Parts: sequence; structure tokens; C-alpha cells
Amino acid sequence: MEVHYLKEEELSRVYTVKYKPNAKYAYTAGQAYSRFLLGLKEKKIIGRKCNKCNRVYVPPRMYCDDCFRPTDEWVEVKDEGIVETAVASFISWTRERIEKPEIVGVIRLFPSTDRDWVFPGLFHRICVEYEDVKDMVVLGKKVRALWKEDRVGSINDIECFRVVE
Amino acid sequence: MKTNLFYRRVAVIGAGLTLFKRRIVETPREMSWVAARKALDEAGLELKDIDCVVIGSAPDAFDGVHMKGEYLAHGSGGVRKMVSRVFVGGATGVMVPISAWYHVASGLCQSVLAVAEEKMSPARPHPQSVFRYIWDPITEKPLNPNLIWIFAMEMHRYMYVNKVKKEDIALVSVKNKRNAINNPYAQAPANITVDDVLKSEVLVWPVNLLDVSPVSDGAAAMVITSEDIARRYTDTPVWIEGVGWTLDNTEWTGRELAYPRYLEHAARMAYKMAGIERPNKELDVIEPYDPFDYKELHHIEGLMVAKRGEAVKMLKEGVFDMDGDIPSSPSGGLLGVGNPIAAAGLMKAISIYWQLKGTAGKMQVKKPVHTGLAQAWGDLMQASTVVVMRN
Ligand SMILES: [Zn+2]
Repeated sequence: MEVHYLKEEELSRVYTVKYKPNAKYAYTAGQAYSRFLLGLKEKKIIGRKCNKCNRVYVPPRMYCDDCFRPTDEWVEVKDEGIVETAVASFISWTRERIEKPEIVGVIRLFPSTDRDWVFPGLFHRICVEYEDVKDMVVLGKKVRALWKEDRVGSINDIECFRVVE
Repeated sequence: MKTNLFYRRVAVIGAGLTLFKRRIVETPREMSWVAARKALDEAGLELKDIDCVVIGSAPDAFDGVHMKGEYLAHGSGGVRKMVSRVFVGGATGVMVPISAWYHVASGLCQSVLAVAEEKMSPARPHPQSVFRYIWDPITEKPLNPNLIWIFAMEMHRYMYVNKVKKEDIALVSVKNKRNAINNPYAQAPANITVDDVLKSEVLVWPVNLLDVSPVSDGAAAMVITSEDIARRYTDTPVWIEGVGWTLDNTEWTGRELAYPRYLEHAARMAYKMAGIERPNKELDVIEPYDPFDYKELHHIEGLMVAKRGEAVKMLKEGVFDMDGDIPSSPSGGLLGVGNPIAAAGLMKAISIYWQLKGTAGKMQVKKPVHTGLAQAWGDLMQASTVVVMRN
């Protein structure tokens, strides 16, 4: 009644089922994200504000999940902010080793302060060197979006966030 | 939170685990059956004595079987019974005994079989890739994220805000892998040093290979009953005295990552039920969720066992060692035992149950223990589940 496991030499004899599911998805961006994506095309970062709790949602939401009421207005936040955290990935999303690390993190966009518990925040690439991440110097730095020339209304319309001071 | 505190007492009277290992030969159903059968045997019950079954399993994509609750039902003893599956990502493993608890506490059932299973190794070439589909399809997935990114981002923020060094965090991995040497079910027991952790492969800085729990297969099960049944079958029931669970929003990019507020809410709920006012004084042994080494420290702070930013100090003082004041992850945790996600969370609850029953064998902590806690965590850094038990 004990379980067993495959040993390394047995693994070469494993029968693998290869199958590519014919499952495709056409996601709807919804009301809030649609406006957000159109904003990116115009080099603008659009959020939604709840006037009851003053929370600014970026990426935007049509409802405030704390107040559970509709958010009230569209707001444009700056394409500048502070690096909350940053990491350097040496593996791809399939866990293959990559030589030049990919650097991503979270940017707390302005207007906001470091005392805010919730803030407009964006997850994106940050264009700095691995050493800046490793030495933690990029954390807390001010950054600005580097926009792509050809923008299509996608999160990838921003190339990355660059340190400005 | 407002909860109705009128409920029946609930006990744990049996538990079972499979080996935690990569590439287990048995199927998910067979593993569930092994764990469930052991739990029934320890309790002295047969399947006919069980009223309902709770199944816990994290993303379907790992096992490669969709609707895994239904799939696992017969291996879990659920045929023609009240069966439900609970799923709150990595927090699932502790949600399983919580769900079983409210089945019994409400008076609906006398005895529940609670089973958790995960088989991560079937995914090729690596389970990492199936995690891609937990991210927001519009704003996150186009950046090709891998799961370790979110942990690395949280870990780096935790280090930055609390001025914690990587070599201090590595001490958690050293401690847990060492504790796992005493655990017969463990996949990754080892005597390693901080240097070994720092020199292991950098996956996503600041996360190295030995900061992370391994890919695992495994199953776990518990028998949870009313007081009447417990008294009939054992002289040493362990009582579930407090439960708590909270889900924060998915907007992890818009909140402070250095502190798990969702866990604090879940812990407060469990402490209130169990009558715990000073967790750092009243808890004798704890199993905080440790898929990554920093997570144990992060969680110890969210559980209010340590003040914010002070878990490292207590760790270095030996407070969380096997012979410390508050032994933490005496099982070896996910870092040492392995991480078949839902099964790993239930393994933590089982570890506390065995500690309180006094049957943890070589894992038994040195001091006498009366109150213990197990905790799990998951989703996009937003879910937490807590269970407090007493003997
Ligand atoms: Zn609001």
C-alpha cells in the first residue's frame, strides 16, 4: 500500500502523450480594459477612480471592490512612478534557461505616495542591468514609460520603464 | 468579520500521507486512495462510517485532468456520498480541513473524509508553463510571466522594506530541509548550508534553486468527526478550535507586498474562535506555508507570531528550531517534504495533528505541545487559510 516513483533510468521508457488541444480563446477586454488599451495607444495610462474611497484603479475597474459600487470617473495617471520591486529572471515561462535575464517589476504610478496602502500599480518590464536589481539600487527609483513607436492598444505598447533620476 | 460562533466541537482522529516524490508511478486516484485508506485505518473507521467527502486540489492543469474533483472522487471514497471540492490555489490544502470542519460543526455531518491530492510531474517539459494561465489574460499574460516572478517580486520587496539579507532568508531552507530528515514521507531532506543556497542556480533573482520547494506528487487525507464519534474511537482526539480564511483581490500590483494583510485577517478570525490573544506566547508549534523560504518569515509576521520585519531576528535566535520556543515547520515543510500543492497544505495540518497527538515520531518537537497552527497560502498572493488545533 505504499507508493512508488519512476527512477531516472525508467524515465527513458516513459510513453508520452503529445496532444495540442484545439482550444483557442478570444478574451473580451471589457469596458474598463478596453478604454485602458485605447489609452495606451495614445501614450496615456488610464485609470478609474472611486469618489467614495478615493481609490484609483490602474488597470481600471468599472466597480470598486471595497465599496461595491460603480467607480465614478476616468482619470489619467502619469506614465511615471516609483519601482516598488524588481526581479531578474534567468528562466523563460517554460523554465528554460535564458542567458540575458529579463527584468520585471511593479511600478507605483503617480499621483501616489509611499504611505498609500493601495495605489495605481503596473506590472511591467524595467530596462536596467542585472547588477541594478542584484544590488537593489533600482528599488525606490523613479522611472518613466518608454513607449513603442508602433502602438496597437496592448500592454506591450510600453517597451519598458526607464530610470529617470 | 462577523461570524456565528455557535457550532459543535470538531475533532481529528486519523490521518494518512503518501510519499512525496517526483514522478510517482500511481495515478492521482490511486494516490488519493492510499492516503484515504491510511487515514481511515488510523481512525479505526470504514468508508461506510463516513458521511461526506471533501476533496482539495489546486489547478487542474498539473494532473492534466480537467474537473479533477469529479475525477478524484472514487479514489477518495466519494462515490454516492456528499462530495465537494474546494479550491483556493495554494491555500487549498488547509481549506480542506476547514471545509470538513464546517460540515461537522454545522451539524450536517458526523464524519468527513478530507482528501488533498496533486500530481505536478506529468506536465511536460515543466509544470512551470501551465502556471501561465493564472495571470490576467489582457494585462499580464502578454508579458510572458512565469510563476516564480511573483514570488521573487514579493521576496525582493520584503527584503527591501525590512532590510533583510538573502543569507538570512536562506536559513529557513537550511532549517526545513534539516527537519525533513526526520520525516519518512519527505522528498528533499538534506543537510545544507547557507552557502549551498546562495551558490545554487539563480532562477529569478533574488530566488535561487534552493530557495524553492521542489516539483512533487503526493496525497494526504484526514478523518474529521463530531465529538461523539471521536470519543467512541479514540482517547486522544485533537480538536480543531479555530479556522480562518480570507481572499484579497487579484490586484497584487496595487498593494504593499511586504506584508500579507490577507493572512492577518484569516489569522485574527482563527485566533478569535480559539480564544488566542497573544499568538507569540500561546502557540506551541506552527506549520506556516513555505513554498519559498522567505514565505515562512512573511507568514510568521502575518500570523502575528513575530512583529513586522522581526521574523528573521527570531529565526537567528533559534526560536523556530525543533528545540526552540516555537518550532516552525518541524515536518520539514514544503522546502523539505515537497510541494504537491494541495497535499502539501494538508500535510502541514496533519503534521500539527501528529505533534498534538504525540505520534510524530522522530519529527516530534522537544517541548510539550498543546496548541498548534497550520497555514497555507496561494493564488496571486491573495488567499490564506489558517487552522488552530489543541489536544
Ligand atoms: Zn471605493
